[in-house]
Amino acid sequence: MARTVLPFGPQHPVLPEPLHLTLTVDDEIVKEAIPKLGYVHRGLEKLAEIRDHTQMIQIVERVCGICSFLHALCYCQGIEALMKAEVPPRAKYLRVVWAELHRIHSHLLWLGLFADAFGFESLFMQFWRIRERIMDVQEATAGNRVIISTNVVGGVKKDIDKEMEKWILETLVKVEKEVNQLKTTILDDYTVKQRTVGIGVISKEKAYELGAAGPTLRASGIAQDMRQTGYAAYPELDFTPVVETDGDSYARTVCRFNEILQAIDLVRQAFAKMPEGELAFKPKGLPSGEVVSRVEQPRGEVLYYIKANGKKFLDRLRIRTPTFANIPPLLEMLPGCDLADVPILILTIDPCISCTER
Amino acid sequence: MFMTKTVLKNLLTKYATRLYPFQKIEPFKDAKGELKIEMEKCILCGVCKMRCPSQCISVDKKEKFWQVDPFACVYCGICVEACPVKCLYQESLYRPPADTKQMVCHIQEAKPE
Repeated sequence: MARTVLPFGPQHPVLPEPLHLTLTVDDEIVKEAIPKLGYVHRGLEKLAEIRDHTQMIQIVERVCGICSFLHALCYCQGIEALMKAEVPPRAKYLRVVWAELHRIHSHLLWLGLFADAFGFESLFMQFWRIRERIMDVQEATAGNRVIISTNVVGGVKKDIDKEMEKWILETLVKVEKEVNQLKTTILDDYTVKQRTVGIGVISKEKAYELGAAGPTLRASGIAQDMRQTGYAAYPELDFTPVVETDGDSYARTVCRFNEILQAIDLVRQAFAKMPEGELAFKPKGLPSGEVVSRVEQPRGEVLYYIKANGKKFLDRLRIRTPTFANIPPLLEMLPGCDLADVPILILTIDPCISCTER
Repeated sequence: MFMTKTVLKNLLTKYATRLYPFQKIEPFKDAKGELKIEMEKCILCGVCKMRCPSQCISVDKKEKFWQVDPFACVYCGICVEACPVKCLYQESLYRPPADTKQMVCHIQEAKPE
């Protein structure tokens, strides 16, 4: 049969995100994939010209609807570096708590969507039910469910008191128990393994060469995690990156699953070591100079380039999100796979297109 | 097969969801909802207007007029923190959906001398 060109997305029943790929298929085997970006471009970087540097915190939080706290964290760390602001220790630990809560809910969301992509709808609902507990924690601690707006330049706005801390730890015990109950279903089930093991293999060398980030990189055997660079309170916490070596869809699932358990552990450690004290340091003046700030998001490394000139508005704000880095590895995985596996492969990089296109 | 235990447990336990209009959840204490103003306290300084990241507030000192576009408000609470006289506050519930977009306007009454 002659080659057929299929538009895949931006609107597609299996895709949670408007990713647009032009697939060339030959008898249901994908031969070529070409991405098109820009469907949900909103021009958020350009807004830096008309919103001052404190208002930009609220804008960068809206780059992504899942890992909003980590965008604000990355931006605030950049501005703090420019203004030479020292963040109080308690604020650093609170940042770790919220960052890890975001990681847990993002991975639970992904595991649900992934289960839905291979047709296991009841498992999808189980994961999302567990995720609801984390959403409640976020709403109770910060006032909003997803875009929690607790970061400010120099620290955090809200505190977590002892009573709330106890409730969060109790909730995490429940979450851990429920996630572990579903472990065998997502990781040992025959049908799940048939759809994931050996599909979309990307070797260690190739993943490194193509610049993969986050769990996509770590599932190929490279222990690279931006939390190792030691921002916030991570240097004081006991933590090693979760690494898998197979580099296939199954390895990426295992990697994300284990990261949930690791994140729960990190929240516990952060609460155990959290000192008392100030919440925020109020920096004086306006930022000037240029800086690159990096943070590990649930999907991988996010990079902010900030250039300021001592005025109210920033000169330039550039955001590079992990999904953008993970699109070249996806294009490497796609040729040679079945058309039916395309949705699964797209989901294994955990795409966030609204991040990518900003 | 691994799911059987979870399925049986779900059959024997209560619903995970609520029957919404009849059974409502109690909002969390500090939940950020609809923006409200106590107009008599307001000094019309315009700090809320300047700080708002979505620029949904407009203030006119001459006309003694304060207006918010509730459909542009992102519930961030920056204006509430910035207000020098604490006349702004947030309800714990979101505003209900509406079929037409409307501004919320307040005009301060002249204070008795």
